[in-house]
Amino acid sequence: MLAVLSHVNAPKLQKPQRTQGGGGGEASSNLAETNYIPFSDGTIHYLGQHIAVVVADTLEHAVRGAALVRVTYDPKPAKTSLDEHRASAKEKGTQQSPASFAKGDADAAFASAPLKVDQIYRTPYEHHNPMEAHGLIASWEGDYLTLYDSSQNIFSVRRTISQMFGVPPENIHVLSQYIGGAFGSKGSVWPHVVIGVMAAREVKRPVKLMVTRKQLFFTNGHRPATEQRVALGANADGKLVSIIHEGFGQSNNVCTFVEAFTASTKVIYDSPNMRGVHRGVDLDLPSGTYMRAPGDSTGMFALDSAMDELAYTAKIDPLQLRLINHADRDPLTGKEWSSKSLKECYAQAAERFGWSRRTPEPRSMRDGRDLIGCGMASANRPSHRAPASARALMRSDGTVLIRSGSHDMGMGTLTVMTQLAAETLDVPIERVRMELGDTNLPQTPIAAGSMTAASVGSAVFGAATELRKKIAALDGVDPATLDPATYTAVLRRHYLNEIEVQFNAKPPEEDPYSSHAFGAHFVEVAVDADIPVVRVRRVVSAFAGGRILNAKTARSQGLGGIVWGIGMALLEQTHLDTKLGSFTNVNFGEYLVPVNPDIRQLEVILVEENDPHVNPIGVKGIGEVSMVGVAGAIANAVFHATGKRVRELPITVEKLL
Amino acid sequence: MNPFDYVRVESATAAITSGSRAGAKFIAGGTNLVDLMKCDVERPLHVVDINALPLAAIERVSGGIRIDALAKMSDVASHPLVTRDFPAISQALLASASPQLRNAASIGGNLMQRTRCPYFRELTFAPCNKREPGSGCSAIDGENRTHAILGTSDACIATHPSDLAVAVAALDGVLTIRSANGERKVAATDFHLIPGRTPHLEHDLRHGELITSLFLPDAAHAQHSAYLKIRDRAAYEFALTAAAAGLDISGGIIRSARVALGGVGTKPWRARAAEGVLSGQRPSAELFRAAADAELQAAKPHEQNKFKVELVKRTLVRALTDLAGGVA
Repeated sequence: MLAVLSHVNAPKLQKPQRTQGGGGGEASSNLAETNYIPFSDGTIHYLGQHIAVVVADTLEHAVRGAALVRVTYDPKPAKTSLDEHRASAKEKGTQQSPASFAKGDADAAFASAPLKVDQIYRTPYEHHNPMEAHGLIASWEGDYLTLYDSSQNIFSVRRTISQMFGVPPENIHVLSQYIGGAFGSKGSVWPHVVIGVMAAREVKRPVKLMVTRKQLFFTNGHRPATEQRVALGANADGKLVSIIHEGFGQSNNVCTFVEAFTASTKVIYDSPNMRGVHRGVDLDLPSGTYMRAPGDSTGMFALDSAMDELAYTAKIDPLQLRLINHADRDPLTGKEWSSKSLKECYAQAAERFGWSRRTPEPRSMRDGRDLIGCGMASANRPSHRAPASARALMRSDGTVLIRSGSHDMGMGTLTVMTQLAAETLDVPIERVRMELGDTNLPQTPIAAGSMTAASVGSAVFGAATELRKKIAALDGVDPATLDPATYTAVLRRHYLNEIEVQFNAKPPEEDPYSSHAFGAHFVEVAVDADIPVVRVRRVVSAFAGGRILNAKTARSQGLGGIVWGIGMALLEQTHLDTKLGSFTNVNFGEYLVPVNPDIRQLEVILVEENDPHVNPIGVKGIGEVSMVGVAGAIANAVFHATGKRVRELPITVEKLL
Repeated sequence: MNPFDYVRVESATAAITSGSRAGAKFIAGGTNLVDLMKCDVERPLHVVDINALPLAAIERVSGGIRIDALAKMSDVASHPLVTRDFPAISQALLASASPQLRNAASIGGNLMQRTRCPYFRELTFAPCNKREPGSGCSAIDGENRTHAILGTSDACIATHPSDLAVAVAALDGVLTIRSANGERKVAATDFHLIPGRTPHLEHDLRHGELITSLFLPDAAHAQHSAYLKIRDRAAYEFALTAAAAGLDISGGIIRSARVALGGVGTKPWRARAAEGVLSGQRPSAELFRAAADAELQAAKPHEQNKFKVELVKRTLVRALTDLAGGVA
């Protein structure tokens, strides 16, 4: 064994400054647990917190050593139940979404509305569970650090480590070239990163630190459980007059995260009166964090379940009700949409699904022993982008190298960016190569919020465009008329082995438009009448995400989102023992995600949009919109099949018995 | 994981000698033991690898078939003797685990696998009478959705996880167990123990003894048997509820019935009360429901697993209905 580090002997670290930042400027620090520096004192905030690290020459020795560490605890009462502590819910705004919004007088309008739905919906704790666990290799040489980290936010890792360890950022080299899944869980600097870097510095050797599957359930974020009230008031014709969406989710006092489940409510349906607020209940439990479609996936389950309830109350077809309440402008800000094709999504998916063949009465469709149900829901996800930079280099042999920090977590960044550069330069794709995942490359933002294609794409597009201009300028010709076949000849003529440009892309300060990706899901479920386990037989989803850069990777994002939505609706939940303050099903045997036979027929329709406003390349990002709404559509289909409204996810057999 | 030594043996005699040492454990497929060693639940000092023993045959013998203990789950599941004469066994195996695990795991090991109760397996800081006798049971008023409702005690409500063991219990399997003193035979229904006050004692296998084979007796109800497993996801999950059933129906009368329930018992639950109701009667929906009701009278549900009482009844009724050709 080489070292045992804990609060007893760990070096003191600086608390990083929380700064707003972006890719093109200086990255912000991004410590997940902003109010707790690992090993800074003997306080245990939640069960599972890292309290010591053992470094040894082999993994076996380290694991054995860890088992021999003796800990003395001074027990204190802990708050672990969301239900018991609901009264302490408080507004905790996040960078991503402020805690509340309001327009008109939602409560008065609701009180006087002819049609009403007022219900409570619940979503459970869930964990990301990327196949590749979090892990790192840290290697110090004097004051220089090389850090291989499984991260979707390498520049923030550099910034955070720089501040905490008091070394300049340029001394820190973070690499994360291929990532086996992240889904939001690798966007922040979790304690193990700090601990691994600290351990390497103390033992003066490279240190490899892998977080175990079980530990991942405690130390690297989860989707917090929520309880949400949705109250909808409508006129007899189904037109909404009030939307109220409020409630709370688990939070804790070491991190600022709350599940912002009212985010989509501001955007998706039109109503003259609306208000929303999401609160946090600080419990002595592990930290919540962003998990694929944070806020939107949980919030839209509640909102679109309520819309379905309103459809039955009003005796209006659920699809028709959505059309009646279609928002022609951003309902809260009144801004014009940069583009919006939600009606097209509804129409194409409904047609392909055969929605018109659905009989409206619950329990009216059967297939042998199975009750059959059809449900639908809407999807929405804002189209953000952040500052990002890229370099484009052409060599005299005609090959092109694109370099941009960025990340590829399997969603196809390398493929799509290579394609975009080749297309912009009008050269064969085989000649273009891209390097990413390295803080020595131009800076990019976190790969999250469905904004990589828009952010990095704008930078790559800009760099390729500028490169073409620079080559044209050598001969003083118009870049538009420059024949790509002559690039190499131009370079040689000017005795250049290579030519390179950097482009820094930035979104405008003020955006006159509201930009969102939209979509629609139509789902058919089968529920055995006696043994009511729900199986999803068919999903048809349509998404409009601006320009589709690559139909194959876009379709894969769509399929992945639908599969995750099926899991969210029917399987995923992390059970919590409130007496122990511990999650219990902390392995892949008992934390259930869909397996092959759970997934039957899925169909993704990509509705192309020409959006001249959203960003230079017209893309909106589709990484998350695909899973928003799936759970609601399934819950609605289950009601149609069985006549039972399940308002708490996941929809397991006991809720339908 | 704790330090241990490893020895590979080539004969049953050598296995028993090595396995009789204090702190020794046999390893075959290792799909359960290695997991539990990593969880720090199993802490063997000596791991005795028995994979080289010539104990992988599946053969017809007088009055039934013999499945040697090292036969792989996947081989047994697809063997024609099993699929033809003991379909419930094949179905139970195919409903278990994943193809990769079934290719690795042995029949003897499957019967010896330990509960998935999280307080036993993962949360080793929590009280568990099975892991640490006398420490208490965290599941009784904790997270117990997956726990047992039959054969429980105040000390333990952990579910026996095996699908195969349920089908074996239904079809009157007999284990051959070898020790330094020779061989003995134990009925499968007597092999696993209910927890009572000693939940750490799970089976009738003394230290150093080795399961060498499983015998399944021929019977008309075995030929006409099935295994139905209900779970949240469509594959790769332990049973919420399961029923193994065999019916010999002739002349419109159930001549013999065999029933065992899974996912609900602290041991593979042979349902003799249900069999008593079925035997000699004409199959009907009412009869099947009465059989299920009779067996579940003894059920002791807890907060989160109450639903299993009704669910397992419906599971059994469905299994019997399908076996009887859809009469109900």
